[in-house]
Amino acid sequence: MNDLLKQLTEAIGVSGAEKEVRLLIRDLIADYVDEWSVDAMGNLVAIRRGTGQYDMRVLIDAHMDEVGLLITDIDSGGMLKFTNVGGFDDRALLGKVVQVGPDKITGVIGARAIHLLKSSEYSKVVKMDAMRIDIGAKSKEAASAKVKVGDYAAFVTEYEELDSDRTAIGKAFDNRAGCAALIELLRGERYPFDLVAAFTVQEEVGLRGARIAAFNARADAALVLECTPAYDLPNEKDVSPNVAMGKGVSVYIMDSRTIQDPRFVAHIMATGDAQGIPYQVRQPGGGGTNTGMIQRAGAGIPAATLAVPGRYAHTPTMMISLDDYHNIVRLADATLRTLTPDILRRA
Amino acid sequence: MENAMNDLIRTLTEAFGPSGFEDAMRDLIRPLVEPYADEITVDSLGNLIVHKNAAAGNKNPQKVMIAAHMDEIGVMVSHITEKGFLRFTNIGGVFSHTLLGGRVRFANGTIGVIGSDRSDDRNAIHPLNKHFIDVGATSREDCPVRVGDSAQFYRPFEVRGRHLTAKSMDDRIGCVVAIEALRRLPEAVAHDLYFVFSVQEEVGTRGAEAAANGIMPDVSIALDVTLTGDVPEARPMDVSLGDGPAIKVKDSGMIAHAGLVRLMRRRAEAAGIEYQLEVLDGGSTDARAMQLAGPGSAAGCISIPCRYVHTPSETVDAGDVEGAIRLLVAVLQGEMDY
Repeated sequence: MNDLLKQLTEAIGVSGAEKEVRLLIRDLIADYVDEWSVDAMGNLVAIRRGTGQYDMRVLIDAHMDEVGLLITDIDSGGMLKFTNVGGFDDRALLGKVVQVGPDKITGVIGARAIHLLKSSEYSKVVKMDAMRIDIGAKSKEAASAKVKVGDYAAFVTEYEELDSDRTAIGKAFDNRAGCAALIELLRGERYPFDLVAAFTVQEEVGLRGARIAAFNARADAALVLECTPAYDLPNEKDVSPNVAMGKGVSVYIMDSRTIQDPRFVAHIMATGDAQGIPYQVRQPGGGGTNTGMIQRAGAGIPAATLAVPGRYAHTPTMMISLDDYHNIVRLADATLRTLTPDILRRA
Repeated sequence: MENAMNDLIRTLTEAFGPSGFEDAMRDLIRPLVEPYADEITVDSLGNLIVHKNAAAGNKNPQKVMIAAHMDEIGVMVSHITEKGFLRFTNIGGVFSHTLLGGRVRFANGTIGVIGSDRSDDRNAIHPLNKHFIDVGATSREDCPVRVGDSAQFYRPFEVRGRHLTAKSMDDRIGCVVAIEALRRLPEAVAHDLYFVFSVQEEVGTRGAEAAANGIMPDVSIALDVTLTGDVPEARPMDVSLGDGPAIKVKDSGMIAHAGLVRLMRRRAEAAGIEYQLEVLDGGSTDARAMQLAGPGSAAGCISIPCRYVHTPSETVDAGDVEGAIRLLVAVLQGEMDY
């Protein structure tokens, strides 16, 4: 059992309310870093000094927030209205168990039983604004004693490993998988340069934390660790999956917010080839990660992105390959160990 | 002289440089501007920054950033089929109706022809993802390019009387204006000038934003193309090819600094340069990013009117180009009393 992934995915940290996961990560890294601090946005930023070989600062970003819900109203019957924090397919919500507020009150996103549906309702999608979280309260007063408007709600999913420990399911691999990988990097041997590890907030609502972390980091290069949706379900047409689970680390070239630094990307691929670490090019086009903000911070930072492919992103249960997870740690580590200022220097 | 100018336009418009892959452009421009620079740097994102110090003893020198973008729109391979055809995504604003039957060129010289999926309605235009590129391969194995490779649209430069046509006037013609202005400026310039040949404009003015954050200019001027309203059934716009460079007042991304607009008009009038005022409904330039970078700057744009923007046959008028160069030199050499 991968304890790091279990602890991180079972912790709560909906965008804007990342305290629980931040404290957990702080405790997991405190013995391995030279200093750590929390900035105005709530990003946890740790420094691990290098061996002194190169005068260079490399920022490694992994966002620690997850998608979730926010309570907007409590109705007269004690049911909780809510809105989304981060992007959802409404269909993923019905019938799911959530924990609400700092006291982790258990609730369920109620759905009318199929017995009670009219035939015309079978093919309709229930929209989020018609859904309620039911915490078993019988009145507005009873609910208000436990939950306040403005409380966050997060999914409850136990981490499990399947398939002889090669596959994992759980919530929020996007992006606790990236956080776990970054923690492993911090626990390894020192790099030839200073590492600035940023566990960032509010990625899911618009890359907000990374903007501030990158501005403050004054880094010479940046590597972003992510979990990207694997769209690899069976398809009869000859169209490629964007990335496939189990086929290696996904390497970004272009998404809707960035064109990755071509020299950095070439270095990553050469490293993967040389060390036999499986990787796959993520289909260029849509999507966006913290790299979009980091690359443009200050006077610009050469940046690249690596991701673990994950199925069912932004639902209460995701699935990843633990081989891909181990390989992102290996590829990020090998890439950094061989990174020199010359690779990113321009005359 | 005119032939030398056309040679420069041909060289720059035919060079390879989709957004994010501007290395060849930078290598071409650098030796052309080196003789006029006090200092040349390339920043993290790849912007080429040519710095020219204000002459010693000058009163009131301002830090002025002039930006012309080196990148062009293009495509990137997103998938290779078993039979060796390429599916692709856009780099910047690529419109489906400009694609079918067009040609693209990859950095390694591979030429591709753009085809599209079967259409049952001859009047319908397929979206981008129903087009493909045929590079003459028969399988994934013998395909000379791979997923993630970028390509430019491929079309030669043509001189058609006063009209000049090429696939990437946007914004290689702005680069030409900047290079030519550097040549014409005297050794002793009035202000602290940063000529920036920027990257990644077409995907969201990303290069100029970073460059401006590094430079922190007081005044910033973009050099870019703008649309015209002078062709049949055009969307109404009071800019025409051949009526002189356009001084931008507003576009969809920024409102130019009103004082800087007045200054540009005064300089044009004093130098006898015919000009037009530009209000552009759709689109923006590096000036948008420069205006808001760091603590902000007084931003404006000298536009070169251009027909058929973001098609393989972008067309400008040679006289407008000359006017833009003269206007830029006149603005940079005077007092910045905006």
